[in-house]
Amino acid sequence: MKRHLVSAADLSRDDALLILDTAEELAQLSGRAVKKLPTLRGRTVVNLFFEDSTRTKTSFEVAEKRLSADVINFAAKGSSVSKGESLKDTALTLQAMGADAVVIRHHASGAPARLAQSDWLHGSVINAGDGTHEHPTQALLDAFTMRRHLNPGLGNDLSGRRITIVGDVLHSRVARSNVLLLKTLGAQVTFVAPPTLLPIGIDSWPCEVSYDLDATLAKTDALMMLRVQRERMNAAFFPTEREYSRRYGMHGGRLARLPQHAIVMHPGPMVRGMEITAEVADSPRCTAVEQVANGVSIRMAVLYLLLGGATLADTPSTNQSEAAK
Amino acid sequence: MSTYLIRNAQLLGGPAQDILIDGGVIRQIGAGLTAEAEVEIDATGLIALPGLVDLHTHLREPGREDAETVLTGTQAAAKGGYTAVHAMANTFPVADTAGVVEQVWRLGKESGYCDVQPVGAVTVGLEGKKLAELGAMHESAAGVRVFSDDGKCVDDAVIMRRALEYVKAFDGVVAQHAQEPRLTEGAQMNEGRVSGELGLGGWPAVAEEAIIARDVLLAAHVGSRLHVCHVSTAGSVEIIRWAKAKGWDVTAEVTPHHLLLTDELVRSYDPVYKVNPPLRTAEDVHALRKALADGTIDAVATDHAPHPAEDKDCEWAVAAMGMVGLETALSVVQQAMVDTGLLNWEGVADRMSHRPARIGRLVGHGRPVSVGEPANLVLFDPAYRGTVNPDSFATRSRNTPYRGLDLPGRVHATFLRGVATVLAGELVAPEELA
Amino acid sequence: MTTQNELPRPPHQVLDGADITRVITRIAHEIVERAKGAEDVVLLGIHTRGVHLARRLHARLTQITGREIPLGTLDITMYRDDLRLKPARALEHTDIPADGIDGRLVILVDDVLFSGRTVRAALDALGDIGRPRAVQLAVLVDRGHRELPIRADYVGKNLPTSLREAVQVRLADTDGQDAVLVGDRDHAAPSRSARHDSSSQALAADPIHPE
Repeated sequence: MKRHLVSAADLSRDDALLILDTAEELAQLSGRAVKKLPTLRGRTVVNLFFEDSTRTKTSFEVAEKRLSADVINFAAKGSSVSKGESLKDTALTLQAMGADAVVIRHHASGAPARLAQSDWLHGSVINAGDGTHEHPTQALLDAFTMRRHLNPGLGNDLSGRRITIVGDVLHSRVARSNVLLLKTLGAQVTFVAPPTLLPIGIDSWPCEVSYDLDATLAKTDALMMLRVQRERMNAAFFPTEREYSRRYGMHGGRLARLPQHAIVMHPGPMVRGMEITAEVADSPRCTAVEQVANGVSIRMAVLYLLLGGATLADTPSTNQSEAAK
Repeated sequence: MSTYLIRNAQLLGGPAQDILIDGGVIRQIGAGLTAEAEVEIDATGLIALPGLVDLHTHLREPGREDAETVLTGTQAAAKGGYTAVHAMANTFPVADTAGVVEQVWRLGKESGYCDVQPVGAVTVGLEGKKLAELGAMHESAAGVRVFSDDGKCVDDAVIMRRALEYVKAFDGVVAQHAQEPRLTEGAQMNEGRVSGELGLGGWPAVAEEAIIARDVLLAAHVGSRLHVCHVSTAGSVEIIRWAKAKGWDVTAEVTPHHLLLTDELVRSYDPVYKVNPPLRTAEDVHALRKALADGTIDAVATDHAPHPAEDKDCEWAVAAMGMVGLETALSVVQQAMVDTGLLNWEGVADRMSHRPARIGRLVGHGRPVSVGEPANLVLFDPAYRGTVNPDSFATRSRNTPYRGLDLPGRVHATFLRGVATVLAGELVAPEELA
Repeated sequence: MTTQNELPRPPHQVLDGADITRVITRIAHEIVERAKGAEDVVLLGIHTRGVHLARRLHARLTQITGREIPLGTLDITMYRDDLRLKPARALEHTDIPADGIDGRLVILVDDVLFSGRTVRAALDALGDIGRPRAVQLAVLVDRGHRELPIRADYVGKNLPTSLREAVQVRLADTDGQDAVLVGDRDHAAPSRSARHDSSSQALAADPIHPE
């Protein structure tokens, strides 16, 4: 594994499977009396959130606390408009506080990459979502959920599984991370969206593209609905909410046309009535809640694998003592 | 004023010769000159080029002296082999009145390192709504002939038409920053494969090309001169080629960085690569090189855009756009155009001195290196190989995309009307400029 | 003191397959005897070889008692005190029997008892899983050199060793044969690969030169 997790592209197939398998083991913890491991005692993890995200932040925080890390929540107020304290100064502050890892959510694409490459801080950087770029732990928990349903078992990948991702691909960091990771794990990805919500250059991505949701349903093992923000409507990406829902929304009729084994996924928060009806969202085939639970296991696995062993912060011991027996 | 005897300099299209500079002009050229001179320079292996002329420089003064001043900017220009630069109008206050352009012009005079020809804003405050007093700026001591809202596009077709027409009265030219504003809202980099992957707002080529297409048609319609700033796409080249074939009076410039760098570099998210217009694709770079070689693009212009460290030492989205370029321009052109066989040194002199001087209607610049001409020239060592070290720059800012890169060539000496501003690659001290 | 010139001794066998089988049988009988019929015993094998030994012990106990003794596995990776000396390692499966360990006599099973640190970690792990009535320890080999106040309740063989020696337990399940070997630590020591700290973003910084 690399020292940082900035992009799903940072993960080799072995890395990804190691994370999924580790998460599978750690998932047991939630059934135990003491849901805590001492592994990251003395490690300091900073949750640096420049953008509000209760769900992702809570998920990381639970994961960090279950591993006994010292958790610092650093809510960096400020938008792309108001400058305030710079990313650099914030990073230098965290470095001075001795952060072993920084979990960063930022509205600007590339901010975690900047942190990881800079000499502003020395700890691991974990991307918790940057702008419209990537959200690698979301992709990992999605893959974890898919594997449990479509190809369960340690060491298994997703080869040959057909994943359809529907919605605002253009602005989706979830879509970007997913296509990279799913490709690494051998799945076949199809994006379905109106042409206005697909990025220029998508023809070079490792995926198929369709404008027709109904045509892809029968060939789908997992259907992932992306959130569509209502403000996109004002920017002429599509004419009306109603038309979007009709053409690209998931409803009971479409659910019935999915193969029996297929699941419906949503990274949340769902816009019910827009991209997904309540009937689908609340159906047992929708894994949205399960995804949230899996998120904790995945984030524990990532934190353990990045921070649990020797890190740069530790004085490297030249004479590594044999595993004590 | 000293006299200089330059020994054995390579002249364009001829053998190595000696050059005698005296009284601000080139007095003699020949083999084995015997004239007495206070300073003798061994120029063996060096090329004598006419002093370079930049159509597009941001000197930042007044207003952003933390990024650059007229003094530091002209020193950087001299180190890059320039003897004249056009100072863009997007200062604080904007150079949209006779008072501001005269101030910049006067600061240039006082610096002594390089002539500064102020560019006047087309519209008041660069706001694109109301024509600035173009005539007054022309009649001022600065004698403005080039007008530009650079940094912003004159996107209102009527305003653009009026400006093109109006400056005909004094042989002016409008230099357009071609960028359709609506198509580039929130744009962060070239729109294409890389922007899609990086999740950065796309800056489509068509946003530049649509404005250029409109402007060449407007210029043709009203019979005016049009200059297109920093052309960056293959499509823009096609439109300009078409306009020129029609016989319309259209000129264009390209920056050194658009001749060498591509948007693949943005993958680092390092804002040193953030620039307006954005770095484009390899196909665009090829098309721009070809267009500069065949003359479709008339000039290399640096778009030297200094920014203080804090405006680049940040996340991409909030970083300022622009790169410094005066001190590396000739080396980049050598790398991209000469060493690739696309352009010879005569061509470099044409695109970096003669033609830009003619577009700006500058007197005394862009002249050949021959007897009787003003002694504006640069001695350049094309065999030099060095690593770009921004700490050695004269510009006040360090935002160069070439840091640590090996580039060919080095300016050995620069002369402004017979006064050495650079000798042995080093700036001459201000008190010795006389 | 080890002198550099002295050649490391090749490992020699101290227990063979039959010895190991005999030892496991003996330990099983001891457990039944001391645990009063092993009524409330839960066997937990510590990864990796402790799991296989626990499975064999379990089979033997089932034979002796005629009852199914709860068997589980314990991965103590997350509780190790030497985690930071190496890159993070993959986890093994922890499998606690369905009825849990609360109020039970948990017998931890491992191959070699040495410093005692593994057992310390296993005790910590147990504490997070439940509250056993008592915890006992069964090992195939006790080689001495304890670094913590820990002792085994059932020992297959006490093996006095020097610190420069390494004890190797081989089991058919993982190593193709059953044997316990002792040899010099340096003999054919597997090379420890240096830790690679690849930086995250090794991206092309070079401008293109299309020609």
